[in-house]
Amino acid sequence: MIPSDSVVMTSVDEVLSWGRRNSLWPLTFGLACCAIEMMATGASDYDLERFGCGVFRATPRQADLMIVAGTVTLKMATRIRTLYEQMPEPKWVISMGSCSNKGGPYWHEGYHVLKGVDRIVPVDVYVPGCPPRPETLLEAVMMLQKKIRVQQSSLGLLGALRTPA
Amino acid sequence: MTFDEIQQKIQGKFPHAIQGVEDSKPDRALKISASEIPAVIQFLRDELKFETLGDLCAVDYPALPAFCVVYHLQSYTHKTVVCLKAYLPREEGVQMPSITSLFKAANWLEREAFDMVGVSFTGHPDMRRILCPEDWQGYPLRKDYVTPDYYNGMPVPLFFEESAVSDQGGHAS
Repeated sequence: MIPSDSVVMTSVDEVLSWGRRNSLWPLTFGLACCAIEMMATGASDYDLERFGCGVFRATPRQADLMIVAGTVTLKMATRIRTLYEQMPEPKWVISMGSCSNKGGPYWHEGYHVLKGVDRIVPVDVYVPGCPPRPETLLEAVMMLQKKIRVQQSSLGLLGALRTPA
Repeated sequence: MTFDEIQQKIQGKFPHAIQGVEDSKPDRALKISASEIPAVIQFLRDELKFETLGDLCAVDYPALPAFCVVYHLQSYTHKTVVCLKAYLPREEGVQMPSITSLFKAANWLEREAFDMVGVSFTGHPDMRRILCPEDWQGYPLRKDYVTPDYYNGMPVPLFFEESAVSDQGGHAS
């Protein structure tokens, strides 16, 4: 017999998205000064871990969140695309700072800067600032968690079960 | 050691090396013929105790027209700096003697001058681009440089025609 206070009725979607949004593993990946603010966000003062997002992984194969923190040069853009493709599904991207949003101070004259990382990878949350303060990045992570909550997370899973590998 | 003393000592050792003096601020600069640069810098390093290469860069002067390679040497012994300039013809694939055998610091600086302005250094052990991607076209710090529309299929300018997207790098406008 199962005691009634140990049973929770919910949907597969809800459980999956609960698990996904509360254990986001970001890729250890910084391109410029925004990365310093990202490190501060991960450190004890701001403590990204409180939101279940602090396990910075050193390999894209274990990560499911890419925080593009800094200037995306054209030389780096090819590598970013490779890293993004190496991350397993489901995966999300936060574009942190003016540079990765729209080229930043290099938006007009920079021959070497990609004018927005959304030209090569799909971006879920844009964080304004140059660089954004750690609170802003925390807000972006919480916004992403809200976004994951409303995504129909089981569709991809059931599709994967139906499709032979 | 003053600028005039340095000039006299170089003049005494290399009578044909100095092509003139640029009265630039804050420090005057010595115009040295390009072929004499390694010998003059070796003389400055060994005899006049300019132990440090402070900077090395290339400048594009389309009005002259010329490329200019600028050397800043510093002396901790004499607590002074000296600036040497070598003017080269402004043409593609122009050659400049390397000073990497005298100063190891010149290695990356010469590669940067090659990457940005396109002055090639003979005798350099590893003469290739240092900042731009290996397959980059053109030399960005030349005054007549035109920003490419695409690089590896990625549009470079902020505003671009979506319909013109192609996988061709370089000038695809």
